[in-house]
Amino acid sequence: MLADTIMVLGVNHKTAPVEVREKLAFPEGPKEPLQKIKAISGTDECCFLSTCNRVEVIFASKAQEETVRDIRRFLFSGSKLSDTESERYCYLHQGRDAISHLFRVGSGLDSMVVGEPQILGQLKEAYRDADEIKTMGVLLNRLLHKSFSVAKRIRTETNIGGNAVSISYAAVQLAKKIFGDLKNKKVLLVGAGEMAELAAEHLVTQGVSKVIVANRTLERAVKLARRFNGSAVALDELAQQLQVVDILISSTGSPNLVLRKEEVKPLMRQRRNRPLFLIDIAVPRDLDPKLNDLDNIYLYDIDDLRHVVEINKSERDKEAVKAERIVSEEMLGFLQWLEGMEVTPTIQELLAKANAIREAEMKKTMNKLNGLPEKDKKSIEILCNSIVNKLLHDPILFLKANGDALDKQVKLDVVRKMFRLHRNSVE
Amino acid sequence: MTLLFTLTLVIYVLATAAYIAYFSSQKEKIRTVARSILFAGAASHTLCLVVRFILAGHTPLTNNHEAVSFFAWSITVGFLSFRWRYQVKNFGTFVTPLITALMFISFFSSQDIYELPPALKSGWLPVHASTAIMANGFLAMAFCGGIMYLLQEREIKKKRFGLFYSRLPSLDALDSLNHHCLSIGFPLMTLGIITGSVWAKQAWGSYWQWDPKETWSLITWLLYAALLHQRLTVGWRGRRTAIMAIVGFSAALFTLWGVTSLLGGVHSYVG
Repeated sequence: MLADTIMVLGVNHKTAPVEVREKLAFPEGPKEPLQKIKAISGTDECCFLSTCNRVEVIFASKAQEETVRDIRRFLFSGSKLSDTESERYCYLHQGRDAISHLFRVGSGLDSMVVGEPQILGQLKEAYRDADEIKTMGVLLNRLLHKSFSVAKRIRTETNIGGNAVSISYAAVQLAKKIFGDLKNKKVLLVGAGEMAELAAEHLVTQGVSKVIVANRTLERAVKLARRFNGSAVALDELAQQLQVVDILISSTGSPNLVLRKEEVKPLMRQRRNRPLFLIDIAVPRDLDPKLNDLDNIYLYDIDDLRHVVEINKSERDKEAVKAERIVSEEMLGFLQWLEGMEVTPTIQELLAKANAIREAEMKKTMNKLNGLPEKDKKSIEILCNSIVNKLLHDPILFLKANGDALDKQVKLDVVRKMFRLHRNSVE
Repeated sequence: MTLLFTLTLVIYVLATAAYIAYFSSQKEKIRTVARSILFAGAASHTLCLVVRFILAGHTPLTNNHEAVSFFAWSITVGFLSFRWRYQVKNFGTFVTPLITALMFISFFSSQDIYELPPALKSGWLPVHASTAIMANGFLAMAFCGGIMYLLQEREIKKKRFGLFYSRLPSLDALDSLNHHCLSIGFPLMTLGIITGSVWAKQAWGSYWQWDPKETWSLITWLLYAALLHQRLTVGWRGRRTAIMAIVGFSAALFTLWGVTSLLGGVHSYVG
C-alpha cells in the first residue's frame, strides 16, 4: 500500500524534555539536514520541520526499518544518546497515523497551546525549504498542501483559535471589546515586568499608536520605551499621563497601591469620560480594586485574566473535538486519493472515462442516423471502439512501464491531471 | 389591504426568528437570509403604506394603526440604511423584535379608515406627523443600542462572560451607534415640534398651548437635548448615555400612547 510508505519520525514537547529537544537543533537552517536525510538510502521524499517544541521528519520510504533507524541516528547525531534511548523519546507514525498526525500538527491540535496559529506558518516554511531544494515528490507535496487546507478548514469551521488562551492575549482581546479598534490608542506601562512587556508587544501588533513607560528607575524605562519607539516618564507623572492614555498595564513590585480610586475619579472628567482599561498584573496589586466601580473604567487584575483564560481553554477543548473529527474525515479523503495513485485503479478509471464518452457520443449519433442498416451501425460501433482502444494503448503502456517509485508517482500524477481523473473531494 | 398588512407582519415575524437564529448560531449564512427576509418585509410594508394612502385619500398617519405601522416602517428603513454605513454586529436581533412588537400593536388597533376631521385637513399633516414619527424610529434604534451597551458592559465589568460578550460588538461601537442615531433622531424630533407648532398657529391660532401631548414632547425633547448637550460638552458617554437613550425612548413612547389614553387633549384624535 502506498499509504504505508508515508512516515513521520520526530520528537515533540510531549515525548521529549527540552534538554533532549535542544540537542536536536540544527542551527545552520533546514537545508543541510534536508539534504542529508534525502541522501539516506531508502528515503524517497522528505520534509523537515523544526520548531522550539518539535523536530519532525516527514518522509516517504519503501525500505523501512533501516531507513527509519538511519534517520533517527541522524536526528540524534548531536546528542550522546544510544539507539535505544533515542528511540524512547521518538515517535514514529506510519500510514494513516502519519497523515492524521501531520494534519493535527498543521492545525495546532498537537501544540502545547491547542489551536495556536504559529505552527501552520512554520509548517509552510518547512514546505518551502523542502520545495526549494527538491527533496519532495508528488506524495509529500500533496500531503503538505492538504495539511494546509485542513488547517484552514478547521480554522473556519471551528472556533479553535477564537479565544485567547494566554494572559497577555486575553488582555488584548478585552481591549478590543472595549475600544473596538486599537489604532490611535495609547498604552502606559507602569513598571517593566516581562508579562507587561509581552502584553505591550501584543498591543503594538494590534495597532496601538504609542507606548509610554513609567518606571521607578528611569533608565530601565528608557530602555524599554526604546524597544517600542515610545517615551519614558517618571513614576510621579502617572496622574498626568492618565489623562492621555487609554490602556494602563501595571506590574510594579510596589507593596502598596500605586493608583487609588480617589486619584483617578477627578481625572475622568478631564479625560472627557473616554474609557480607561486598567490591567493589574502585579502581586501584590498595584491598582485599587474599587477603581472598577467608576464609570467607563474597566479594571482587570491577574486573577481576572487567569479566569478568562481558563474559560477560553475549556471552550477550546470543546472545539478541538470538532477539529479531530475534521482531521479523520480529511485523512480518509487523502487515503482515497492515495489509492488512486496506484496504477491499476488509474487505468480502470481511464478506461471507464473513455468508455463513458464513447457510449454517450455513440448514442447521440445513432439517434440522428435513421434508417441505417444494422450492419453499418455495427461497423460504426467497431470503429469507435478501436479508436478508443488504440488511443489509450500508449498511455496505459506508459503507466505500466517499470521505473523507480518516484518516477511512477509523477507519471500517475501527470496522467490523472491530463485526463482529469478525480477521486472524491481531494482536488 | 388587511391581507397585505398581515403578510407584512408575517414576514417581520420570520425575519425576527431568523435574526434570533443567527444570534444563537452565529452562522453568516443565516444572517444573509435574515437580512433578505427583512428587505422583503420592508418592501411589502412600503407597498402597504402606499395602498393605504390611496385608499384613505389622505396621509395615513391619523390613527394608532397608521401611526404605529409607520413607526415600525421607519425603524426598518432606518436600520436597513444604517447597516451599510456602520457595522454593528447582531444589531438586527435587537431591532427586529421591536419592529414586530410594533406591528402587532398596529395589527390589533382598529384598521378602519375614517373621514379626516377638518382640523387635520392640511399640508402640514404629512410633514409634521412623518418627521415626528421618523424621529421616533431613530430614537428606537438608539434605545436598542442602549440595551445592547448595558448588556455588554455588564459582562465586561462583572467579568462574567455569558451570552453577549462574544456576540455583541465593542463598547465603543455601541456608543457611537447611540451617537449616530441621536444625531439623526434629535434634529428630526426638533423639526417635528417646530412644524407642529407652525401648524398649530395656522389651525388653532397659537404656536403652543400646553396641550398634554405638546408638554410631553417638550419633556422628551429636553431629555434628549440634555443628553446631547452633556455628550458634547463634558463628554458623557457609555453607560449614562445608554441609560438616557432608554429613558428618553420611554418618554417618547409615553408621548405617543400614554398621553392620549391617560391625559387627553387636542391631539387625542391622533391615536
